[in-house]
Amino acid sequence: MSVPSCQLFDQTKEECGVMQSPLVDFSYVGIDAILEQMRRKAMKQGFELNIMVVGQSGLGKSTLMNTLFKSKVSRKSVLATSQEKIPKTIEIKSISHDIEEKGVRMKLTVIDTPGFGDQINNENCWQPIMKFINDQYEAYLQEEININRKKRIPDSRVHCCIYFIPPTGHCLRPLDVEFMKRLSKVVNIVPVIAKADTLTLEERDFFKKKIREELRSNGIDVYPQKEFDEDAEDRMINEKIREMIPFAVVGSDQEYQVNGRRLLGRKTKWGTIEVENIAHCEFAYLRDLLIRTHMQNIKDITSSIHYEMYRVRRLNESNTAVTQANGIPEHHLSAHEM
Amino acid sequence: SSASLLFLSRASLPTQRHQVHRKSVKKGFEFTLMVVGESGLGKSTLINSLFLTDLYPERVIPGAAEKIERTVQIEASTVEIEERGVKLRLTVVDTPGYGDAINSQDCFSTIISYIDDQFERYLHDESGLNRRHIVDNRVHCCFYFISPLGHGLKPLDVQFMKAIHNKVNVVPVIAKADTLTLRERERLKRRILDEIDEHGIKIYHLPDAESDEDEDFKEQTRILKASIPFAVVGSNQQIEAKGKKVRGRLYPWGVVEVENPEHNDFLKLRTMLITHMQDLQEVTQDLHYENFRSDRLKRGGRLSSHGYVLPLSPAYVPVCFQLLPLTDSRAQAVHLDG
Repeated sequence: MSVPSCQLFDQTKEECGVMQSPLVDFSYVGIDAILEQMRRKAMKQGFELNIMVVGQSGLGKSTLMNTLFKSKVSRKSVLATSQEKIPKTIEIKSISHDIEEKGVRMKLTVIDTPGFGDQINNENCWQPIMKFINDQYEAYLQEEININRKKRIPDSRVHCCIYFIPPTGHCLRPLDVEFMKRLSKVVNIVPVIAKADTLTLEERDFFKKKIREELRSNGIDVYPQKEFDEDAEDRMINEKIREMIPFAVVGSDQEYQVNGRRLLGRKTKWGTIEVENIAHCEFAYLRDLLIRTHMQNIKDITSSIHYEMYRVRRLNESNTAVTQANGIPEHHLSAHEM
Repeated sequence: SSASLLFLSRASLPTQRHQVHRKSVKKGFEFTLMVVGESGLGKSTLINSLFLTDLYPERVIPGAAEKIERTVQIEASTVEIEERGVKLRLTVVDTPGYGDAINSQDCFSTIISYIDDQFERYLHDESGLNRRHIVDNRVHCCFYFISPLGHGLKPLDVQFMKAIHNKVNVVPVIAKADTLTLRERERLKRRILDEIDEHGIKIYHLPDAESDEDEDFKEQTRILKASIPFAVVGSNQQIEAKGKKVRGRLYPWGVVEVENPEHNDFLKLRTMLITHMQDLQEVTQDLHYENFRSDRLKRGGRLSSHGYVLPLSPAYVPVCFQLLPLTDSRAQAVHLDG
């Protein structure tokens, strides 16, 4: 005799706090309860997010990170040194924070790249950054292929690279194009227009259109990439985003009183710019994208696409090396290719 | 009616200066202003705002792809401006391409050559027989545009200003100043002045008001000197603000008025330029040109096939001119024992 499903899962339902209907529902299995289990597990485990910020000195990268996470997460906020001297070469500096909100814990790592684009000669300035990203993939790969590997491999892979475009109002610079062309192949790039309070709405729209045109004509795929849309629903949501990027942002860690409310903003003689007001700037859209709606997707694309591509390349390389050493001609490998 | 371009602000003019002034009015002024700064700093808008004219009617801004190939160009546009009987023949020398390339090493050798060429030409004309109609195309002033986004001067800024400060009057200008709050502006100005000091950069110094000037003028000079470097905003659009039409920029959070001294230093820059146009020319003649000339003559060599060959040491010049009338169009070599 089959037991009515609600009886079998009674206990679970209570634990989850799921409302039990007074009437027995014979068609309800309770699979949706897994969502709650996942949620509890995620809350217990917490999760990691690694964001890299790239752009010339003075584009408000640190302030934006602080504004995004409403806490002093940037390297500059943590370190005592307030002297912002431009380093002679590009440095990669990571700083991690544990953030908690409503019981959910996140290990946020912000990776800064001081010195990028600041030199007189910026040739190949993307190389150290590319290397860093690949090094993280390598570290993960090494863990993964270990015989005795950790239950949870620490994830230091760069999930998202926010690229700061200076608000010239004209078009992308050669450096912007070169950087994004190369890096978009290995990491999710989210371009933003920095310090957008210098552009009127008209200038902003013109600039964005120009940027999108140049990204297209240079074959640069920024996040969310068209080819990774999973289904029609995804595509619809992402198309809307693709028509809006790059987001024109303004950051601030100062609060001001505006119409009786305390808001994050920038106060000038001609008005106060409210950071979270979408009539003023697109910070809220960026925050929603990165944190509220697409955070998991960003991580998924990193692990299932960028990382996998790296892995395939690496393993093929070592296969080639091994087979060359063993004298086996390459074409014999085709059956084993991953 | 828009503000007057050439306001002769001194109510009472001492006699001698009045006579010089009258002569200048008859002859008109010639002035060459060079404008240097990376793309997108609002240089063209500012120049148009300063002189209430459109110097760039058919301007096309190149995209990133075109910028990669380009080197720094020199583009000179001349306009004749007349106001209240005073004629000004203004030449604006633009330097598109400056700072655009990924590698900006030596990006300004074209600019230096241009400045030197004008000196060379003047030297040649000055040494010629017919000196009545010497055209003065020497660069009298160089506005150097500094980005408001950084934390001070960039390496390229320092390198460039040091390369030209002995050849031209350098006036540093903080561009697009409406991206800064008042505090940020003051901090940036101080930072820039400190760095100018630190690197031994010689910028143009406004002469102190003379003792016989009126108090207003003295106060004006004091205020100008205290505001350097000027933080400016340019615009050619008329916006409705507080019931009247002003030249400004319309943002969702307010209107930046170009001619409002509380909003930016545009009026100060214009006042400085107009009031000190004569001084800028004099310093160019007495300091920069003379430096060039003495260097040039020390190095020696023929000037051209139509002029005198000047001796190696300036001390011999008077003697040289006395002794050598030109009997034919070929230059005669002069050998003077040192």
